[in-house]
Amino acid sequence: MARPLLLILQRIAFVLVLATAAFSAPAQAQSIPDLISRLAGADFDETEKVVEALAATGDASVAPILEALGEGDLYFRRADNAVFIARRGGSGYLLTDPITGAAAGEAGRRDVTKIRVNNSLRRSVRAAIGTLTLRSPDARVRITAAQSVLKSRDPEAIEPLTAAIEAEQDDSVRFVMERARAAAILNSDSDDATKITAVAKIAEKSDQEARAILLAASNGASAELGEAIAGAVNKVEGSLAMWSAVQNVWYGLSLGSVLLLAAIGLAITFGVMGVINMAHGEMVMIGAYVTYVVQELIRNHAPYLFDVSLLIALPLAFAIAGMVGMAIERGIIRFLYGRPLETLLATWGLSLILQQVVRSLFGPTNQEVGAPSWMSGAFELGGLTLTYGRVWIIVFAMVVFAVLVLVLRHTSFGLQMRAVTQNRRMASSMGIRTNWTDALTFGLGSGIAGVAGVALSQIDNVSPNLGQSYIIDSFLVVVFGGVGNLWGTLVGALSLGVLNKFLEPYAGAVLGKILVLVFIILFIQKRPRGLFALKGRAVES
Amino acid sequence: MTGRFLRLTGTSGLILLACLLAAAVYIPVANQYIDPASPFHVNTASVVVFGKYLCFAILALSIDLVWGYCGILSLGHGAFFALGGYAMGMHLMREIGSRGVYGNPILPDFMVFLNWEKLPWFWHGFDQFWFAMGMVVLVPGALAFIFGFLAFRSRVTGVYLSIITQAMTFALMLAFFRNEMGFGGNNGLTDFKDVLGFDLQANSTRIGLYLLSIGALAGAFLICRAIVLSRLGKVLIAVRDAESRTRFIGYRVEHYKLFVFTVSAMMAGVAGALYVPQVGIINPGEFAPANSIEAVVWVAVGGRGTLVGAVIGGIGVNLGKSYLTGALPEVWLFALGGLFVVVTLFMPKGILGLLDRWRRKQIPADKAEQAGAEAEERA
Repeated sequence: MARPLLLILQRIAFVLVLATAAFSAPAQAQSIPDLISRLAGADFDETEKVVEALAATGDASVAPILEALGEGDLYFRRADNAVFIARRGGSGYLLTDPITGAAAGEAGRRDVTKIRVNNSLRRSVRAAIGTLTLRSPDARVRITAAQSVLKSRDPEAIEPLTAAIEAEQDDSVRFVMERARAAAILNSDSDDATKITAVAKIAEKSDQEARAILLAASNGASAELGEAIAGAVNKVEGSLAMWSAVQNVWYGLSLGSVLLLAAIGLAITFGVMGVINMAHGEMVMIGAYVTYVVQELIRNHAPYLFDVSLLIALPLAFAIAGMVGMAIERGIIRFLYGRPLETLLATWGLSLILQQVVRSLFGPTNQEVGAPSWMSGAFELGGLTLTYGRVWIIVFAMVVFAVLVLVLRHTSFGLQMRAVTQNRRMASSMGIRTNWTDALTFGLGSGIAGVAGVALSQIDNVSPNLGQSYIIDSFLVVVFGGVGNLWGTLVGALSLGVLNKFLEPYAGAVLGKILVLVFIILFIQKRPRGLFALKGRAVES
Repeated sequence: MTGRFLRLTGTSGLILLACLLAAAVYIPVANQYIDPASPFHVNTASVVVFGKYLCFAILALSIDLVWGYCGILSLGHGAFFALGGYAMGMHLMREIGSRGVYGNPILPDFMVFLNWEKLPWFWHGFDQFWFAMGMVVLVPGALAFIFGFLAFRSRVTGVYLSIITQAMTFALMLAFFRNEMGFGGNNGLTDFKDVLGFDLQANSTRIGLYLLSIGALAGAFLICRAIVLSRLGKVLIAVRDAESRTRFIGYRVEHYKLFVFTVSAMMAGVAGALYVPQVGIINPGEFAPANSIEAVVWVAVGGRGTLVGAVIGGIGVNLGKSYLTGALPEVWLFALGGLFVVVTLFMPKGILGLLDRWRRKQIPADKAEQAGAEAEERA
C-alpha cells in the first residue's frame, strides 16, 4: 500500500511542476484527486472545466480516467461523493479507484450515479486525451497521439502540439508532430503564409495521407495557396507513383523467389536429369509438414526453442524429402528412364498416394505453422513497408540457389552428376557409379523441394493440397527459363513474378495469372527450349 | 459388305460393339419392365451413372486417338470436354427461359443475380438447338486448331507439349472461375429443366440420353477405327514412332498432327455435351488439370493404342471409382495412384496387353514361337 501512495505523491509533484511551468494559463493548478472529486455531481459546464484542467496537468495517467468519462464509465458514490470507474458486474457495479487503478469493492445499482456527458463534452474529452498523450514519457504513445491529430486535423490541437514540439527530444516523434501540426494548421483559419509553410511541411513525406490532407485543404483556398497546394500535390503524386512501381518490383521479386523456391528442385530433377516428377509438389508439402511436426514437438516439449524451430526443421526437411525422393528413384523412376510420358503418369500417381498418406495421418484441414519472432513485423524503407517474412524468403531463396550452383560447379558429386547427365556410358566407363549418381541427384532435387517447403509453410496454408498449387507453376518456370540451366530458372522465376505483379493492378489477380499463363504458352511456341536453351544439334531428344 | 465392316471394327471391336448393343437393349428393358424387387432390375439412377461412364469412354477414345496413335500426350483434353459441356449447358440455360427463380425470360438466373442488363454477345444464338450443337463441336475444335497450329508448327513435342496443354486447361479453369466471364463463375451452369421439350428429370428422357450416349460411343469408335486404318492413320503411327524420319521422308508432320488433334478435341466436346444433361451441372472444376490426367490413365489402364482398351479403361476405372468412393472413400486415391504406378511399371500395354499375352500362352508352342517372331519383327 505504501508504494502506490508514494508513486501518486511523486506523480502529483511532477504534475504540479509541469503544469505550472508549461501552462501558466489556468489560474490555479489543482491536484488531480481534487479535480476528479469536483466531477461528482457536476453539471456539463463544470465537467468541461474539469476536463480542461485535467488536460492541462499534462499527466498521462489521467488519460484512462478521461477515457472512462468519455465512455460513460465514470460514476460517483452518493454516500461520500467519491469518484470511481465502474463496470457492470457482481450484484451491481465493480468499482475501481480512478487514480490508483486498485479495485474498490462493489456498489449496488442505486448507490452510484453516472457522471453524465453530452456530445460536445465527448469531443473535448477526446481532444484532451490527444493533448495529454502528446506529453507521455513513452515515445510510442506520443507518436500515436500525433497520428490521431493527423487524422482528426483538429485546429485546437495546434497549441498543445507547438508546446510538445518544443519539448520533444526524439527527431522521429517531432517529425510526426510537426506534420500533425501542419495538417491542423491547414484545417484552421490561419493566414496563407503560415499555411504555405504547412503545405511544404506536409509534402516532405509523400504518402497517401499527405495527398489526402492536401486535397482536403485545397477546397476554398486562395489563389496563392491553391497554387502551392497544387505544386505539392504534384510532387507527392509523382513520388507516390515511383514508390508504387518500386513496390510492384518488390512484390514481384517476393513472388518470384517463392516460384524459385518451388521450381529449383525441379530444375535439378527435370532440368538436369530429364525426369518429369509430378510428385515434386508433394516433396514441398512433405517439407512443410516436417516444419509443422517440429513446431508441434517444440511447443509441447521445449517452447523456448520456438524461435529456432525453422532452423531445426531445415536439415530435417532436406533429409526426409531427400530420402523419400531417393526411394522413389530406386523404386519407380529408374525403370522408366527414356520414357518421359510414362514417368509423368507414374509420378502423378505417386503424388496422389503421398497426398492421401498425409491426409490420413494429419487430416485434410490446414495445419497451423507459426512464424518465429524474427520473421514477424515490418520496417520502412523510403515509401515502402517491407515485412521481415518476405525479406527472409527472398534471402533464403537466393542462398539456396547459390548453394546449389556451388554444389554443381565445385564438388566432385556435382561433377559426376553433370558427367552422367551428359554422357551416361562414358561416365560409367570412367568409373562413376551411375546408378548411385542418379539416386543422389534425385535425392538432392527432392531434398531442396523439402527445404522450400519449410519456407513456403510460412506464407501458404499447410494442407495436403499444398504441393498441387505449385506444380504447374514450377514446371512452367523451368520450361520458361530453359531446361538444364539453373540460371535460366532464376531469371525465369523472378521475371514471371515481377510480370505477374505488374499485371495485377490492371487486370486483377486472377486475370493477371491467366495472362501470364497465356504468355508462357505463346513464348514456348517461339522458343521451344526456353529463355536460355542449351545449344546443341540434336534433332530429337 | 460384312467383310469390309469386320475389317473396320476388328475382332475385339466387334465384341465391343456387340456388348454396347446388348447394353443398349438390356438396361432400358431392365429399367422399365423388370420388377424393382428383382436383382436384374436397373434403377434410373444407375442408368444415369452408366450414361456418364459412356461419356467418359468417348473422352478416353479421343485421348487414345492422339496419344496411342500419334504420340501426343495431351494433359488438357478435359478442357475440350468441359468446353463442349459448357456449350450444351448454355443452351440448357436458355431453355429454362422464364421458369428460373427470377423469372427473367432472356437472362439466366446468375446474370440477374449479378445485375447484368443484357445478354453478353457470346450467349446469343444458344437458344437455338442446332446452333448450340454446332458450337459443341466448333468451340473445342477451334481451340484445338489454334493451339495445335501454334504448337505443332514450332515443333513443341513430348513433355513440353504435355506441360503447355496442362497450362492451357489450368488457365481456362481460372478464367471460368471468374464471375465476369459470364459463365456462372464458381457455381457453373445448373438447374436445367428440359432439352428440346423433353423433361430432363423424366425417366424416358434419361433413357433416351443413355441410348444417345451409346450411339455416340459406337460412332466415335468407328470414326477412330476408320482414321486409324486409313493411309493417314499409317502416317500417324509413323509420326508416333519416328517423327523426324517421317518428316525427312517428306510428310508434313504438323498437318497430320493438327488434323488428328482437332478431330480428337471435337470428339471430347461431344462427350462433354452428352455428359452435362445427364449429370445436370457443369462447373469450372471440370477444367481441373487433375481430371485430364485421370482421363489419360483410363487409356493407359485399358491399353494405349488399342481404342477398345480406351473404352474398357474409361468404363472400368470409373466403375471402380464409384464403388471405392462409396464404400471406402479413404482408399480411392491410394487405388488411383497405385493404378498409375502399376500400369506404367508392369502393364505398359494395359489390360488388353495382358489379355493378349494370356491368349498367346494358350496356343501351341510352335505357333507361339511364330507369333513371337512376328511380334519381334513388328517391334
